[in-house]
Amino acid sequence: MSTVSTETAEDHESSPWFLPLVFVGGFLFGIGLAVSQMARPEIVLAFLQFSDFGLVFVMGGAAAIVSIVFWTASSSDLTAPLSGRRYTRRLKSMDRDVVVGGGIFGVGWGLSGICPGAAYASLGIGNVVILYGVAGMFVGAYLQGYLRESRTPSGSTQPAD
Amino acid sequence: MTLTPLLVETLFPNGVSHYLLGGILIGLGTAVIYLGTGIHAGASTFLESTLSYASKLSRFQQPKFIASRDWRVVFTLGIVAGAAAYSLAVGEFGWTTEVQPSRLFVGGILIGIGTRVGKGCTSGHGVCGIGSGSKTSILNVALFMLVAIGVAQLVFAMGVRP
Repeated sequence: MSTVSTETAEDHESSPWFLPLVFVGGFLFGIGLAVSQMARPEIVLAFLQFSDFGLVFVMGGAAAIVSIVFWTASSSDLTAPLSGRRYTRRLKSMDRDVVVGGGIFGVGWGLSGICPGAAYASLGIGNVVILYGVAGMFVGAYLQGYLRESRTPSGSTQPAD
Repeated sequence: MTLTPLLVETLFPNGVSHYLLGGILIGLGTAVIYLGTGIHAGASTFLESTLSYASKLSRFQQPKFIASRDWRVVFTLGIVAGAAAYSLAVGEFGWTTEVQPSRLFVGGILIGIGTRVGKGCTSGHGVCGIGSGSKTSILNVALFMLVAIGVAQLVFAMGVRP
């Protein structure tokens, strides 16, 4: 809960190394998506259709590294050098949205073989056709924002995602 | 002949090493950002935070999107650049998918809705959330995985290729 308020304020007061570091992290992330071939929708579909289970190692390998780093850092008293934030684990609250959203995302992922990070990487490998997918994602993100806003009375704030 | 190599070949016809290496690199990228900034970098919030540049809707004008939209653009550009650098280096740049544009577009819409309503995607829930041992993320990932498998199998059974 307390992590929500700190998330908004401190990005502004970041060091000059903040954005370069984020770029380096994204760069490694993008290489990983290209090396693993997850940037190709065909490979994701092959996994979902049970003809190549290799993607288990992509998510498994990434989650394994992340869990070691997250658990080690969050159990220390250290703060992040470029933002002064405390190291926390990513713990989101459980509610109906998590189930509904996961289901809708699953339909989209199964239909197309793309997900947000892999789609950005797919553009990087020169797969311009993926722009149909990225455009769709923006349309979808806008739609849910528009519908949520028209359903909630103005002035009320949404719970943090 | 033992059964194990045969089983491995059936389950992983393209081997496992590049999958594992890719996964480790994705994890390292996430870890670099986390260790430097304390941020759990997920890929799908970029969609909403980037909309805040263009849309006046208060949903997108939330402080958490305004405050993070710049670094999220940089994160996404990093992903694009990293994938581009690798594919250029190994001579795979310019590969294009055979998946129909209509599937990409409709799938994209559902992904845009689902990841934002569901508080995360394959990287936010799948990597950061699972790496945090979050029950919420484990449930979300199990659900989208099962649904996606069902839908992909259905698409295949209907004769749609790839």
